[in-house]
Amino acid sequence: MDGGMIATTDTLVRFTGVQKTYDGEHLVVKSLDLDIRKGEFLTLLGPSGSGKTTTLMMLAGFEVPTHGEIFIGDRPIKNVPPHKRDIGMVFQNYALFPHLTIEENVAFPLSVRGVSKAETKERVAAALDMIKLGNLASRRPGQLSGGQQQRVALARALVFNPALVLMDEPLGALDKRLREHMQLEIKHLHETMGLTVVYVTHDQGEALTMSDRIAVFNDGIVQQIDRPDALYERPVNSFVANFIGENNVLSGVVENIEHGWARVALDAGGSVVAQAVNVGGAGSRTSLSIRPERVAIETGDSGDATTNRLPATLTDLIYVGDHTLAILSTPSNPEFMVKLPAGSYAGLAPGQDVYIAFRPEDCRALDPV
Amino acid sequence: MTAAFVAGADVPLKRRLKRAERARQFRALGLVLPLLAFLLFTFVVPLAGMIWKSVDDWEVPQVMPQTVAALEQWNGQGLPDEAAYAALAADIRTAREAGTLAVAAKRLNYVVNGFRTTLLSTGRKLKEQPAPGTAKATMIEIAPAWGERESWAAIKSASGPVTSYYLLAAVDLTRNPDGDIVHAPADQSIYRDVFLRTFEIGFGVTALCLILGFPVAFMLANLPTGRSNLLMIFVLLPFWTSLLVRTCAWIVILQSEGIVNGSLQWLGIIEEPLRLIYNRFGVYMAMTHVLLPFMILPLYSVMRGISPAYMRAAASLGAPPVTAFLRIYLPQTIPGIGAGCLLVFILAIGYYITPALVGGAADQMISSFIAFYTTETVNWGLASALGAVLLLSTLVLALLYGKLALGRQTTGGLKN
Repeated sequence: MDGGMIATTDTLVRFTGVQKTYDGEHLVVKSLDLDIRKGEFLTLLGPSGSGKTTTLMMLAGFEVPTHGEIFIGDRPIKNVPPHKRDIGMVFQNYALFPHLTIEENVAFPLSVRGVSKAETKERVAAALDMIKLGNLASRRPGQLSGGQQQRVALARALVFNPALVLMDEPLGALDKRLREHMQLEIKHLHETMGLTVVYVTHDQGEALTMSDRIAVFNDGIVQQIDRPDALYERPVNSFVANFIGENNVLSGVVENIEHGWARVALDAGGSVVAQAVNVGGAGSRTSLSIRPERVAIETGDSGDATTNRLPATLTDLIYVGDHTLAILSTPSNPEFMVKLPAGSYAGLAPGQDVYIAFRPEDCRALDPV
Repeated sequence: MTAAFVAGADVPLKRRLKRAERARQFRALGLVLPLLAFLLFTFVVPLAGMIWKSVDDWEVPQVMPQTVAALEQWNGQGLPDEAAYAALAADIRTAREAGTLAVAAKRLNYVVNGFRTTLLSTGRKLKEQPAPGTAKATMIEIAPAWGERESWAAIKSASGPVTSYYLLAAVDLTRNPDGDIVHAPADQSIYRDVFLRTFEIGFGVTALCLILGFPVAFMLANLPTGRSNLLMIFVLLPFWTSLLVRTCAWIVILQSEGIVNGSLQWLGIIEEPLRLIYNRFGVYMAMTHVLLPFMILPLYSVMRGISPAYMRAAASLGAPPVTAFLRIYLPQTIPGIGAGCLLVFILAIGYYITPALVGGAADQMISSFIAFYTTETVNWGLASALGAVLLLSTLVLALLYGKLALGRQTTGGLKN
């Protein structure tokens, strides 16, 4: 896992040994050590109740860690109230002040900081131009669409040039098309303004599209923190493998491990070779993770001994447009998915007996589920 | 084109829409009809009746119709002619026999003090209708008042069918014999003071309720539902006890030998019992207690709808708690403050039992005067006029509030 004890110069935020409990009985955040680098777009991804929002709220100052410390730069902020943290925040439901106009909303952080009227006017105008809503300055939030409101919330969180911007599922309330558009817009702002963004979402597609790094949360623990491609290609445990993207799981017992390669005897018969990523020694149980697009369907025996090969029955072919999804029944997994590139399923029909073939390097032996 | 479409095409679309809507409108009307009928008979009709009573002037025209007719030609200068005296004599004799003379006497006595005696003694002494041509002399001989223009002006002013007398009296004004509006004599000028006192107590109680109720509503709105429901029961508890019982409880608590004075004396803080009741303090205390829920409930319902995200957003944008409260939270509670204040104020200015029980003579509000004129002296005209003035001032306030609330709505103030 990332995040050493010594902060490097480009570390902006550091969580050290942070724990949080609400009821004094179970920990919502179990033990968090996390470094956030200056200028990066870090996403906290996880199912609801995984501790990601609590982590964000502790950083914003709305929740106090039960244990551990949070630093911004070198300054411990555990006892700094939210309004002195200089962190911009975008909320899920925008939280635009309904009794103020768009202009007054965006001017609010400047006016509480005692910025002069002329400068406020200038900076608010610039911020509204940035989100291309200058013409709606005198409207009230209730008169704007969801997407427009979210852009105003963004302008309001950025107008005072905070060191750090937090976003708590900011696009959750928008429809799909608008959400995708806003993802690009936020990403663009991040790049042009050199912002440091901590972004919370439960939408893995959003996380993969936008982030420099993703921290996957589950059960109060950061399961893995890595670049999006690494997270997808090289998950370190079964939770991450299953949570990010589509995944096929085969269960079995490790027979032996040699040079990082494990031979695994599947519970339903047959054996495969896999990368030993997160397994015990010989005799321990494991779950194998194979991405659907890394599997080929073979109708005959190709005789390639370096490839894992399992018998299967094709049960369904689903046309998805850019690819075709094949559902196969194998003894180990009755719903094994294979993504076939467009136009490559000629000659296949449901009910056919085939082989699924995948390379050992595309098969990762992880902790048992 | 289908046949159905063509069949309806000769009727314009707008009319077809109206026809379709009409059934729905009738159904809606049917549903509110019972309430409308109820309101009509229990609210609109009595209200209209009350307002009519405040201008209705029926006594003199009914009891003394001939005099009223005879005075129609009188220009108000000097004394009326012989015919008017004869008519007066005839009317008095008829009314005395019918036993209705006292009714007119009471009405005329409002205008001129002592008119009652004049009229009733004239009725007693006038044994027979004076011979033609001698009516004037006879009447003046019986009662010298008939030789004064003021008496006749009083009859003319009370000869209906409507009068501004009661409404003017309700705001300490009256008409002099020439018909000009002037201040009422000092000994009859009490209502302006009473109205002022009523509004003063109303404003005071409203302010106290707001000061006490706002923090309570805030706490209730921000507690977890379970605990806030429990505390809400305490807020609503007073509603489950009769007003009279609650007011009497205050007497027990605040009187000279009451719990408060007893405790303070026992603790040695005071030597003599404090005067806590039968004065303004007692009125404020008891009324604030009774009306507090009416402030808390609208405040609570508005505050419940204010998402805690606003305060968090304000904090994240750099506003210290006090600034965030004043600039973000407080403005959003204004609809609740407005509704609560309006409710409490309107209820407070109509209060009757509580000030009567825990207030002194100088703490009586306008309602007790209305009750006094309704039940004690049966001067329904003045009671109605006082009620009408109270109603009018309440309406003005309600309209003002409506305008403020509406003004906020049209400029936004919507929730996300």
